[in-house]
Amino acid sequence: MKLYFRYLSIHLRGMMQHKLSFLLSSVGQLLNGATVLLGVYFMMRRFPTVAGFSYQEVLLCYAVVMSAFSLAEVFARGFDTFSSMIGNGEFDRMLVRPRSAIFQVLCARLELTRGMKLLLSLFVLAYVVATGNITWDGTRIFGLILMILGGALLFSGLFLVYAGFCFFTLEGLEFMNIFTDGGREMGRYPVSIYGRRLLRFFTFIVPLACFQYYPFLYLTGRTDDIRFLLTPFACFLFLLPCYLFWRFGLRHYRSTGS
Amino acid sequence: MSAGERLLKRAGLYKYWSLFRIRLLNGLQYRAAAVAGMVTQFFWGTMEILIFSAFYQGNPEHFPMQMQALSSYIWLQQAFLMLFDGWSCEQQIFELITSGNVAYELCRPVDLYKLWFARSAAFRLSRAALRFFPVLAVASLLPAPYGLSLPESPAAFGFFLLSMLLGFLLNLSHIMLLYILTFFTIDSRGVRMLTSALHDLFSGAIIPLPFLPGGLRAVAEWLPYAGMQNMPLRVYSGDIAGAALIRGLLLQLFWLLIFCALGKWLIHKALRRAVIQGG
Repeated sequence: MKLYFRYLSIHLRGMMQHKLSFLLSSVGQLLNGATVLLGVYFMMRRFPTVAGFSYQEVLLCYAVVMSAFSLAEVFARGFDTFSSMIGNGEFDRMLVRPRSAIFQVLCARLELTRGMKLLLSLFVLAYVVATGNITWDGTRIFGLILMILGGALLFSGLFLVYAGFCFFTLEGLEFMNIFTDGGREMGRYPVSIYGRRLLRFFTFIVPLACFQYYPFLYLTGRTDDIRFLLTPFACFLFLLPCYLFWRFGLRHYRSTGS
Repeated sequence: MSAGERLLKRAGLYKYWSLFRIRLLNGLQYRAAAVAGMVTQFFWGTMEILIFSAFYQGNPEHFPMQMQALSSYIWLQQAFLMLFDGWSCEQQIFELITSGNVAYELCRPVDLYKLWFARSAAFRLSRAALRFFPVLAVASLLPAPYGLSLPESPAAFGFFLLSMLLGFLLNLSHIMLLYILTFFTIDSRGVRMLTSALHDLFSGAIIPLPFLPGGLRAVAEWLPYAGMQNMPLRVYSGDIAGAALIRGLLLQLFWLLIFCALGKWLIHKALRRAVIQGG
């Protein structure tokens, strides 16, 4: 852990050497997040509700998914750009060091510019918490934190699978974007609006609904069953197969030789 | 040599045509990436349509378009993404400018504007050509109103093709401005981020323009971005027709001429005072 903070401070100091570039990238991330948010805003302005959900409720979903995704992007970005790490031999150097490969990949990239998106989504979250008509007691706040954490872990797990594929293909696979970027974009609205079949897929295969939809039902008072609040733990479990897949890939890894 | 090529030669455009063909064939080699892209675009289209249909089922009276027109819009958008998006550009051209290697290009007896225009056109066309057909084919098999319908009329289809061509050229002339501005700013990222956000919002990339609130929509329809994606996709299903169609086409042409003139003027200015950095 101490080592991780060393890396963190190195990344921070490195970033501050290129202030303008850091600023520009941050603004870009912010604009990018803002246009998507505006899209949701314009839709909800025209239509009072979607599938029975109000503007405030949709915003809550959006903010939770965006926070989770940006958290994963800030910290697990190394796996998202893993093909370049394999391509330029950086990963081979990691394998000869006496620390776990996962730990080193996590340390190698910290995308702090994505923090801007995190700030934006936390801002939206604060707005929803302040103006929505949900009474925020201790259980609900705990649930909200659990949702964001579970989501961040889920997206990190997906990045890990993506990196695992890179062991075989050496190139990044665009179709994984369906689950990462696609998951983020789907998460703009409660998953149930996509119909029963997709809801089931995003519950049992990729547990997106487990951190976005089911706890959300409890938060908005649509159910009183406290178990709904604990579904984000499924995302914690989801990490296990992801990790095993990564291990499987690692064992079959042959260096690119560069 | 065909008659068309002889004509190009007489107009002094033959070399750009050759380069365009080479880059096009080059781009057509990336087939595996295209398959992955198709799957992604198909998923994306499905997701968008599910979202819009959820809105539609709740309040059909607030819907500013026909559901069928919207579905066609989304599928065409996904199929021709590479022609109309605001970010596909030849990264190498930016690198040429910032690294100073553009000096080598200047030694050649070619017009830089036409050369880059042809190159960008080939880049986008090759990527679109590999992807558009399967997406359209599958989408047209989906049940109404969620699939791709036939065009409103043969005339609408003709105008769709015309508007698509204009929109494609307009996108290219817009990207050309971004390349050329790099001569002045060296770091192009700031400008590119800003324009790509504007493009996302005002070309109908995130949500079709009819879904924007009234005042903003009125402004957006006059902006060049409206011609870059919104026009052709809505002409297809007859969502834009009659006087609005003629006005839209003229507007596309107007912005295309403005952007080309501006680009030519800027590149002329940039090259006259160009300082090549380093060696």
